[in-house]
Amino acid sequence: MMNSAPTPGFWAATAMIAAIVLASSTGEVLTAAAMKSIGDLDEIRAHSGMKGAIRAVVTCPLFFAGVGFLALAFFSLLFALNHMNLSLVAPASASLTLVANAILAKFFLHENVDKRRWTAMILVCIGVYFLAH
Amino acid sequence: MAHHRLSPHQYLILAFVSVSAPLGDACLSRGMTHLPPISLAHPSWLIAAVFTPWIALGIALLIGFFASYLTALSWADLTYVLPATAFGNMIVELLARFALHEAISWQRWLGVVLITIGVGFVAHGPSLTERPALLQGAEKELEAPSFAQSLEAAAQLEEETTR
Repeated sequence: MMNSAPTPGFWAATAMIAAIVLASSTGEVLTAAAMKSIGDLDEIRAHSGMKGAIRAVVTCPLFFAGVGFLALAFFSLLFALNHMNLSLVAPASASLTLVANAILAKFFLHENVDKRRWTAMILVCIGVYFLAH
Repeated sequence: MAHHRLSPHQYLILAFVSVSAPLGDACLSRGMTHLPPISLAHPSWLIAAVFTPWIALGIALLIGFFASYLTALSWADLTYVLPATAFGNMIVELLARFALHEAISWQRWLGVVLITIGVGFVAHGPSLTERPALLQGAEKELEAPSFAQSLEAAAQLEEETTR
């Protein structure tokens, strides 16, 4: 079935992409925080096997909060794709999510995002933009 | 920032993170394009689609991606792992050019080069943020031990009791 919905205006399109970026970045930062609080999964698996590693992950509330936001990001992406072209939504959301993640990781995960990582993020952003065109 | 290097096994996990997501997406795309259009009036068709070979393979790859992504996040920074996920797009471009003989525009080649340089930049740096020893000591006093640390302590206690 062809989608005949009218193209959204600038602010509506911005809101849809912002929703994907915010939900996706929050989900990824929460998931990363959960994995840091759990510790090295390889070590856990060596001590208590695969079951122990799975138990460590599924008993962490932060992990489920992260997965919830990632699910929200997925449905926001589906909604945006229903109204806009993939060639706009995919590069815009992927590039902005990378930058938002770097900012959130610096302030919430206290990661040392030095000049090297900022440069890499910007190069990857521009690269993703070119790949999508 | 002290240099925290990865083991070959950890690089292998990062490589799987890079490759599994785009390959999984490609399998889903191939599976869905071979199905007739699905409307919201028949959502159960989406469930039936899950059991078709290409989509089942795509889901298996994406489950593998998520498991390896979580493992990578347990020993590396988010800002280290994320560029690795973008590296997968480059692998797909190379596969499209050399395995499927698709034409790749110069913009895409430029994208490939920029992502490669970006990933190279991050890969040469430390994978994990090291806290200064003094701060780390203070954090250890304030923070509850991680699951892995608790397991290690339990193993040590067990060793001591068996002696």
